[in-house]
Amino acid sequence: MSEWWTYSLSDFLLFSPRTYYRLFELYNLAVWPWHVLAIVLGLAVLVFWLRGGAWQSRTVAVILATCWLFVAWAYLVARYDTINWAASYFAVGYAVEALLLVWTGLIRNCLSLRPGRDVAGAVGLCIFVLALFVWPLLGRLLGRPWLQTEIFGIAPDPTVVATLGVLIAADRMHWELLVVPLLWCAISGATLWAMQSPDALLAPAAALLALVLACWKTLSRLRQASPG
Amino acid sequence: MEQMSPLSRRRLLRAFAATGAAALFRPQLASSQQARVLSKPIPSTGEELPAVGLGSWITFNVGNDTIARDACAQVMRAFFDSGGRLIDSSPMYGSSQKVIGYGLTKLNRPPSLFSADKVWISSGVRGPDQIEASRRFWGVPRFDLLQVHNLLSWEEHLRTLLAMKAAGRLRYVGITTSEGRRHGEVERIMRAQPLDFVQVTYNILDRQVEDRILPLAQDRGIGVIVNRPFREGELLRKIERHPLPGWAAEIGCASWAQIILKFIVSHPAVTCAIPATTRVDHVRENMAAATGVPPDEAMRARMIARVEKL
Repeated sequence: MSEWWTYSLSDFLLFSPRTYYRLFELYNLAVWPWHVLAIVLGLAVLVFWLRGGAWQSRTVAVILATCWLFVAWAYLVARYDTINWAASYFAVGYAVEALLLVWTGLIRNCLSLRPGRDVAGAVGLCIFVLALFVWPLLGRLLGRPWLQTEIFGIAPDPTVVATLGVLIAADRMHWELLVVPLLWCAISGATLWAMQSPDALLAPAAALLALVLACWKTLSRLRQASPG
Repeated sequence: MEQMSPLSRRRLLRAFAATGAAALFRPQLASSQQARVLSKPIPSTGEELPAVGLGSWITFNVGNDTIARDACAQVMRAFFDSGGRLIDSSPMYGSSQKVIGYGLTKLNRPPSLFSADKVWISSGVRGPDQIEASRRFWGVPRFDLLQVHNLLSWEEHLRTLLAMKAAGRLRYVGITTSEGRRHGEVERIMRAQPLDFVQVTYNILDRQVEDRILPLAQDRGIGVIVNRPFREGELLRKIERHPLPGWAAEIGCASWAQIILKFIVSHPAVTCAIPATTRVDHVRENMAAATGVPPDEAMRARMIARVEKL
């Protein structure tokens, strides 16, 4: 792209805010009542997170991977792609994230969560709860109709932010799992910013917080591991 | 600002006069279906084209939403009913091409349609496939005009388009740019290639093309299509809160949108402006801007001075 400095974010926006939110409305109507199952799955993650157990890593990973795949197919490919030709590329990223979750959490059993272990764990839990319970209310609070609500496991942003919560709370940092969620938060934030949506900074803020905590956890681990 | 030549000025005045004196000072009449719209000749053939067309950037990208698609079809109906012909789109505009095809089907394929689309793909080899896909989305037997979008791989695509024109599978060939980008390269292509159209950004505040592109288009006999006449609505949002100047009625304008459009299409080098909208009342208002009295040079200077102060 020549003369890239002459472009602004709005030059890349292909649709109007009305079309964007109407897409959620039609999507929610089309996939109902999967929302109920999605919330149950979110609650299941929370239960396994708080109670632990041998199946925690596998269950959490499979639930999250399923949600990522569902959003990739049902939202990005089947709906968002109709107004944004880049959506199918985003869907590939979502599928990669799902595979990485399965590899790390199900196959390697390396996604263990312990509540109250450290600051990152507490913040991660708060982010997950925010994504699960508060995110669906945001649209309504900002004056959008209920039908346009964004729910964990159904819509991309709450699914991604909830996953960030899990990742920064995990015993070990899995940087390879953070790449796609961080990128998505930047893309989604830029889209909402170009549409002048008041909630444009929420996902990027969650991503920034996750990035800072991930760095902090990694540095702490390195310090502990270094001799003397 | 570039001065209009007396010849082109006279031709422009004749064209405006032909749109009907009844519209003088009566913008409400101009918004009706009866008002005749200013047409301008395409320089390479002399074919008349209404000076206001219909863009589809953002506004027609509504996906599979049937309600929104029907609303777009209503906009198209009002456009054709008001005497409009040229609809412009691009493969870059998401679902816009499919939505235009949907609208054309609903309207029983108005014969007056002047279909203008673009080729926008980095691979020259894949250009013909993209053009064919676009044609199927529109549901037209052939495009009237195909343009190389934002000069992307323009050498390869221009070869394809010129070959299509030579084979009778396309009527006109053009290139596009927007927001003042790559004007040097646009100029070079205009000088070297047998173009029918060039598409650029031009409005009352963005007048960079007046210096070289528009005079060159006149010299070379190239039609000019003007995109982003309202800066994607930003310009109107900025000025619409101010009262209309007293002289608006003198040139038959009942809104700021009409003032902005009338300024654009009154330039003798401009063939057609392509505002995009989702509203039927706006498309009628836009079409009415191509009726009535054209602003003369002194009035154009007043228009600029007024808007620049807002």
